Amino acid sequence: MTEVAVIGFAQSPCLPSAGTTSGVETLVPVFQEVLAATGLAKQDIDFWCSGSSDYLAGRAFSFVNAVDAIGAYPPVAESHVEMDAAWALYEAYVKLLTGEARTALVYGFGKSSAGQLRRVLALQLDPYLHAPLWPDSVSIAALQARAGLDAGRYTERDMARVAARSRTAALSNPKAQVSGSDTADDLLAAPYVADPLRAHDCAPVGDGAAAVVLAAGDEARRLRARPAWITGFAHNVDSPALGVRDLTTVPSATAAAAAAGLRGGDLDAVELHAPFSHQELLLAAALGLGDRASVNPSGGVLCGNPMFSAGLSRIGLAAKLVMSGRADRVAGHATSGPALQQNLVCVMEGS
Amino acid sequence: MEIGFDYTRSLGPVLSRFMTALAERRILGCRGSDGRVHAPPLEYDPVTYAPLTELVEVGPAGTVVTWTWLDRPLDGQPLDRPFGWALIRLDGADTAMLHAVDAGSKDRMRTGMRVRVRWAPEPVGHIRDIACFEPLTDSPPTLPGPTAEPVTMVTTPIHLRYRHTTSTEESRYLRGLAEGKVIGQRCPSCGKVYVPPRGACPTCGVPTVDDVELPDRGTVTTFCVVNVPFPGQRIPPPYVVAYVLLDGADIPFQHLILGCRPDEVRMGMRVAAVWRPREQWGTTPQNIDHFQPSGEPDAPFNSYAQHL
Repeated sequence: MTEVAVIGFAQSPCLPSAGTTSGVETLVPVFQEVLAATGLAKQDIDFWCSGSSDYLAGRAFSFVNAVDAIGAYPPVAESHVEMDAAWALYEAYVKLLTGEARTALVYGFGKSSAGQLRRVLALQLDPYLHAPLWPDSVSIAALQARAGLDAGRYTERDMARVAARSRTAALSNPKAQVSGSDTADDLLAAPYVADPLRAHDCAPVGDGAAAVVLAAGDEARRLRARPAWITGFAHNVDSPALGVRDLTTVPSATAAAAAAGLRGGDLDAVELHAPFSHQELLLAAALGLGDRASVNPSGGVLCGNPMFSAGLSRIGLAAKLVMSGRADRVAGHATSGPALQQNLVCVMEGS
Repeated sequence: MEIGFDYTRSLGPVLSRFMTALAERRILGCRGSDGRVHAPPLEYDPVTYAPLTELVEVGPAGTVVTWTWLDRPLDGQPLDRPFGWALIRLDGADTAMLHAVDAGSKDRMRTGMRVRVRWAPEPVGHIRDIACFEPLTDSPPTLPGPTAEPVTMVTTPIHLRYRHTTSTEESRYLRGLAEGKVIGQRCPSCGKVYVPPRGACPTCGVPTVDDVELPDRGTVTTFCVVNVPFPGQRIPPPYVVAYVLLDGADIPFQHLILGCRPDEVRMGMRVAAVWRPREQWGTTPQNIDHFQPSGEPDAPFNSYAQHL
């Protein structure tokens, strides 16, 4: 079986507004940074794969423009998913497993600020029964948050504690869009934006991009002293029918964790893609995280959530902890769809 | 910029019966493999994934399972005043429906509250026939309507607004046009000149930085004759859209060729820009209205063969 590792990661700062919907000028410095860090040139990359969204960009085939940032001559092998680039990483991972490529560069980008994100995301819902009502993403998350409160899974104070811990962690993350030293009590004094969610419970709307480099076997060992070896990688999905799901559990995350061999009590650190504070609490339970794991040491997406790269960045940030020797066993998680409908888990270890 | 499209979708057997019932002011759910009734109905069982066919009438009243409150409704939502979103378990159903509750005030919303359908004045067989839900009171419910013709299609208008930002390079290009100049940029690595400038050389992947002013004349590399009318068309067909390679550029750009018959346009034809009157110029590509034949002899094929 081919071994595959993350050997590089770079991300742009998460900003309230940056760049254009083409992504080119945001991606160029990210590519330069990640290639320099791995010692690779663009012609050393066997496979390129991206995640982005036409609905976010407001035009068709928007990802084609972004290929300019690669410098795609001679022609490159390239693919794209209309999802967070964490799923593009999965495609590239499978490509490396097949042996058709030895190296891959995966990137995600999105300019959430071009449109009204919470309305745009209504269009990911089923187009017959849900999308025609334009239920916005924040309201749907609020329905889930209340269901968890009513079921006694957590309290509003627990949610505020997640936000406070995230903001404090983000003080040392120069890429973060939001950070601060407010306590949970400070945060609870704020008004609701969608009862029971307050502003601190919701990820900020922001723009950005990220890239991860994968390499197989000896190629990874040659390029990086301590690659983050992928030991498990899986994704699952729950029903698109919101009213059918028990929104206080995340079966698809539990299933992905089991398939990826997560062993939540045996992690040094985990980066969770939880765009709403209560979702971190639901995910911690769904993934069976123990007390040992450091959760979202970067501050998580509550402090910067550039659409279509934020999930990929969870994996890249977790991998960085292994590559730098600060952790031995980590996981990155990504989500997509309404109220944690789709979930992806990537487990990585140092050798 | 606003983008809009009316999505028209055909319905399968389950949703067709559901939408037809809505047109009659009735709500149908479906029975799943485990005996649970799902409303709105599912086309496939969430446990076994088998097609579902047994439809049963539910509602029109139900119980709020979870809710939130929206002070500032967004475009397209069911109500244009503050309202509650809720998952509502209709009487006779086991799973919930997402919809709006016109409660007037957040204080009236609570988990477990009883609500009832408020129908749109003229149901047509669409989920929006349910205008919203309202707190259950003693006022009489709306009675079902007469039998409707089967509904097999639904149309949903989708409108989104975007604010597009220009890149630094695009900004330079547009400001140049406002002064009657065509500004391209040269790749510092391979020396190719791009117009409009693109932010990164698509060959080398490095930012282009050196401005190059180009003449407003060039060569048709390839073209098509537009014969098909479409909404928003500004010129009556037939007319020609061509790739024009400006002299000194390494990439052609798309423009209209007017001022001659469509059948006179050919590869290699030399053309020149026709600018709008100066007082109409802005930071927009529309300053060049179109290109027209310049009268010069055709360019030899080899002069543009690399740019096809």
